Amino acid sequence: MAGVELPTWDPETALLIGTILAEAIVLYVGYGGLERLLGPRLISLLLGGEDSAGQ
Amino acid sequence: MLGSELLGTSPELIALFVGFGLVVGVLFGFFGMGGSFLVTPALLMLGYQPRIAVGSGMAFVFGTAVIATLKHHDLGQVDYKLGGIMILGTTIGIEVGRATVFYLESLGLAGGIISVAYVLLLGGVGLLVTRDALAGDGGGIDHEAADKELDEYQIPEIAKRIQQTVRVPPMVTLRGDVRVSVWVITTVAFLTGLLSGFLGVGGGFIRMPAMIYAIGAPVPVAVGTDLFEIVFSGGIGSYLYGQGGGVDLGIVVPLLFGSALGARVGSAATAVVDADGIKIYFGGMLLVGAIAVGIGEIGSALGSQLIETVGLLLVLGAAVVVAAAILYTTMVSLRRSRKQRSSSAN
Repeated sequence: MAGVELPTWDPETALLIGTILAEAIVLYVGYGGLERLLGPRLISLLLGGEDSAGQ
Repeated sequence: MLGSELLGTSPELIALFVGFGLVVGVLFGFFGMGGSFLVTPALLMLGYQPRIAVGSGMAFVFGTAVIATLKHHDLGQVDYKLGGIMILGTTIGIEVGRATVFYLESLGLAGGIISVAYVLLLGGVGLLVTRDALAGDGGGIDHEAADKELDEYQIPEIAKRIQQTVRVPPMVTLRGDVRVSVWVITTVAFLTGLLSGFLGVGGGFIRMPAMIYAIGAPVPVAVGTDLFEIVFSGGIGSYLYGQGGGVDLGIVVPLLFGSALGARVGSAATAVVDADGIKIYFGGMLLVGAIAVGIGEIGSALGSQLIETVGLLLVLGAAVVVAAAILYTTMVSLRRSRKQRSSSAN
């Protein structure tokens, strides 16, 4: 593997890269859903703390 | 413990990688670059073999780029023709870079040479970003320029000159009505691919300016297409390194898990915080990173575990400090605007 060579088909490596690709897509969709679901509530929780402390 | 058995990594390291990924994600989401600068040096300092540090760093870049490209695709900011033309040059560049790493590793020189290259790279980019931040020009993505419409965009003078001078056929027309020689695109792709293959970085900090100043691509298209290109360069590079046993899922999976969340936070923070005030810290972080890698390498040469640990802590500490500054400034800005809204309502 020390010289320049053409990539050859290797199912094990393809599975490895496919796993990373699948994780990335799942995280994009999953975190996107969580952001829509919990984002506004989390922001108001974080900011609400100071508002009540200041009163 | 099942996770550690599956991924071959201890729970402590998995927690460290998730946390580090979170920090790196915040930086990438906020500045639009620098996602991978710190991963490979940190892995080298943790004692991983160069091929695993570079290969896993590249696989992490691949995963991060997939997520970011999905977002930019939704915004219509990817030029698939430009990205497609770049793939060949990028692939050859990566393979040459990878073969160089494997060759140097067989000579026992890879760790030292990669570390020195990182010191120069981090130091050079850190100096540029710090200089630009001090001059008020910022660094990383210009968020205002990135939000402009394509027909409002003006091609930089240097790009016009290159387009007029290098007219070697075949010529192609890209988005934003840019007409450029395929050879200019291929040269840019090869050089950034070489850098990616050798250091395990995405290469966006060079490819993006090169797309803007050498090819003449509009800023939003350069940002989106650069990420699309990193999907391919990172994917091909990861595959090539993976074939040589250079990709460790025990590193990549937890890093990506943390960084995907951090990137959402960092990206959301750009809507709240003026990035110019923080970019100087980013430049400082890269400079500290350069010093830390240098210290780590000296520790390695002297066989001192303590010095190597100091270098690692400096790299991690610098990233944590800048990410914390972004989060703190975001919270302060949000609270200030909420107070202003509530007082004007009263």
